[in-house]
Amino acid sequence: MIKKFIIIIFIFIPIKVLALIEVDITRGNLNPLPLAVSPLSIDETSRKNFEQILDKENIGSEISLIVENNLRTSGLFNPLDKKAFLQAPDIANLKPRFEDWNLIKAQALITGKVNFINDKLRVEFRLWDVLAAKEMMALAFTTVPTNWRRVGHIISDKVYERLTGEKGYFDTRIIYVAEEGPKTQRIKKLAIMDQDGANNKFLTLGNELVLTPRFNPASQMVTYLSYFKNMPRVYLLDIETGTQEVVGDFPGMTFAPRFSPDGKKIIMSFAKDGKSDIYTMNLETRLVERITNHPSIDTSPSYSPDGKYITFNSDRSGYQQIYVMKNDGSDVKRISFGNGLYGTPVWSPRGDLIAFTKLHKGKFYIGVMRTDGTGERLLTENYYQEAPSWSPNGRVLIFYRETKTNSKGEGFSAKLWSIDLTGYNERLIKTETDASDPSWSSLLSN
Amino acid sequence: MKSSSIVISSALHISLVILTALSLPFLSKKPIDLPPIVSVELIQITEETNIPFAPKAKKIIEKVKEKEKKLVSEQAPPKKVKKSKTKTVVSEKKNKKIEKQNPEAVPLPEKEVKKIKTKEEKKQNPEKVDNEVKQVSEFEKKDLFDPNNIAALIDKSKEETAEIVKTNNDVTQDQVRNIENSKLSLSEEDALKAQIFGCWSIPLGLPYDENLLVRIKLKLKPDGSVTKTEILDHARMNKPGQGFYKVLAESALRAVRLCQPLRVPASGYERWKELQLNFDAREMLGG
Repeated sequence: MIKKFIIIIFIFIPIKVLALIEVDITRGNLNPLPLAVSPLSIDETSRKNFEQILDKENIGSEISLIVENNLRTSGLFNPLDKKAFLQAPDIANLKPRFEDWNLIKAQALITGKVNFINDKLRVEFRLWDVLAAKEMMALAFTTVPTNWRRVGHIISDKVYERLTGEKGYFDTRIIYVAEEGPKTQRIKKLAIMDQDGANNKFLTLGNELVLTPRFNPASQMVTYLSYFKNMPRVYLLDIETGTQEVVGDFPGMTFAPRFSPDGKKIIMSFAKDGKSDIYTMNLETRLVERITNHPSIDTSPSYSPDGKYITFNSDRSGYQQIYVMKNDGSDVKRISFGNGLYGTPVWSPRGDLIAFTKLHKGKFYIGVMRTDGTGERLLTENYYQEAPSWSPNGRVLIFYRETKTNSKGEGFSAKLWSIDLTGYNERLIKTETDASDPSWSSLLSN
Repeated sequence: MKSSSIVISSALHISLVILTALSLPFLSKKPIDLPPIVSVELIQITEETNIPFAPKAKKIIEKVKEKEKKLVSEQAPPKKVKKSKTKTVVSEKKNKKIEKQNPEAVPLPEKEVKKIKTKEEKKQNPEKVDNEVKQVSEFEKKDLFDPNNIAALIDKSKEETAEIVKTNNDVTQDQVRNIENSKLSLSEEDALKAQIFGCWSIPLGLPYDENLLVRIKLKLKPDGSVTKTEILDHARMNKPGQGFYKVLAESALRAVRLCQPLRVPASGYERWKELQLNFDAREMLGG
């Protein structure tokens, strides 16, 4: 009896002694993380060399400005005002005085150094955890001086990935249709720019109507649609080399060619035998394969990132809705069931969501839903907006919006906008001309 | 012989497996989800009631009331006096005892006050329960009803509890400590949570279909500042495909550092000098 009692005591007493008070923290704030981007330090000779080559007074400050701007536009970071910084850039890069950075409430600090070595630009940067008083990351890049903007974007991506846990999207480009002139005589040119609107270039002259350019998720190749002698023609354009080729002429109305995730096929819809169906074309063999065969109008196909499924919109239920099917056209399931019409579905590169345009009661919405159709969230609403395209990390959507240019409702202007998945961080992307049909590239530095 | 028995055995086994595979799903299926049957008794309403015990009850009530009038009018005031007397006596006794027994052993006067309070609460509770019992017994257990006895019982219980408290003083201290050890009070926990909620910037890029729980063990100073932090699932950081875990753990550590000194309870340092915070980002990111 006594033995049993002792055993029981020995069993229970240690548990009570070891019992640690546990507190569950299930909520946090989604406020942007305050961080300090110290200007990259530069010695006087390097500064002068870069000033001669790039016509920039202080390339170190310019690069840090790019980083700062990128992180701010992501909506996840709050870069602090440089005027509040207490430590000089060169000393901060050697050994930050964390108390000073803590004082201005910075939780992370970016420092760095720029050098001119053998006619090349060498940039090193460090990311510091101010609260833990330790270095989180240190990297160096060497490139031709004209690539200085890309260095800024790459640093932004590295910082973004280290602090958020997902890949960044700053070292990317956006291809879009630049529009000029009145609506009846619109000149449409293919244009490309960095994701922040810099380095804008026109790729076509505007003689032919261009539509729906789309990036290959696996390379810097673009497919787009152009009308040649009133016939729709699908083109392939290599951004790196500038070479362009015709994939094929297609009958009737052809829409929105898009790459498969491996870049080996394009998927599109065109009208044949009096009905519009979805087809794929193998870019190596140029073989065309019919995927859907239904009397309804099936358009806007988009592959899932694993290539196993295709989402598209169809009016087979009587109204335009979003459907998902296997890549061979079997097992078609409707996934949108809300009020209104749904179109332009695009599968997220993360694979978890499908972005779409919704028309309901005269208003256009850009929204996302899970791939089974649940969890529909409308991110932004306006009188006319469509064609969402995902950033390569699946966090931000770019789309175009048409607005009236004056209060009387006359004229119109089309611009590119971006919005993140929270729906709060909506931004206008400045373009020289009006713009539509944007498509986001994959990361250039991959 | 052997082979035939194996064949028979395997055939029986296979048939058993097939049988279970076929029959079990049907068994698990509920036939039709019918709502439970609610039985209703239809009662005719007449002018006179036909409930048999009502007159008896009436009489009992009347009798009790009469008794009460007498007893309560005579005995109630002394009862109260008695209670208050006993209370004061007991509390005085206790105070004396405490003063006698533990003038040096208990350094913190606050703890003494607490102990006294808890003892008093314990005494008050049986009183309340007795009152309730009294009211019920007035109607149904006429024979058992005796206010004098109850008063005596109350007095006894008071004395007994007081005695227990006196005699087993050390045991009760341990018990109280153990109860306190188990967790923070709701308000204490809420204060700490609210503070950390404000400090924790959740990394938004985390994959929300993964396990996003980080457990951090803290060692604290009495003022709430953190002397040591330890990630309990540290091994997970180096596992393939768990790169996000490092980002999450770092964000949790940042939250702790940013928040310190933590809003810890003013007393009972022993109880919370080590604390475990379970940071779970799933609720915030999963929506």
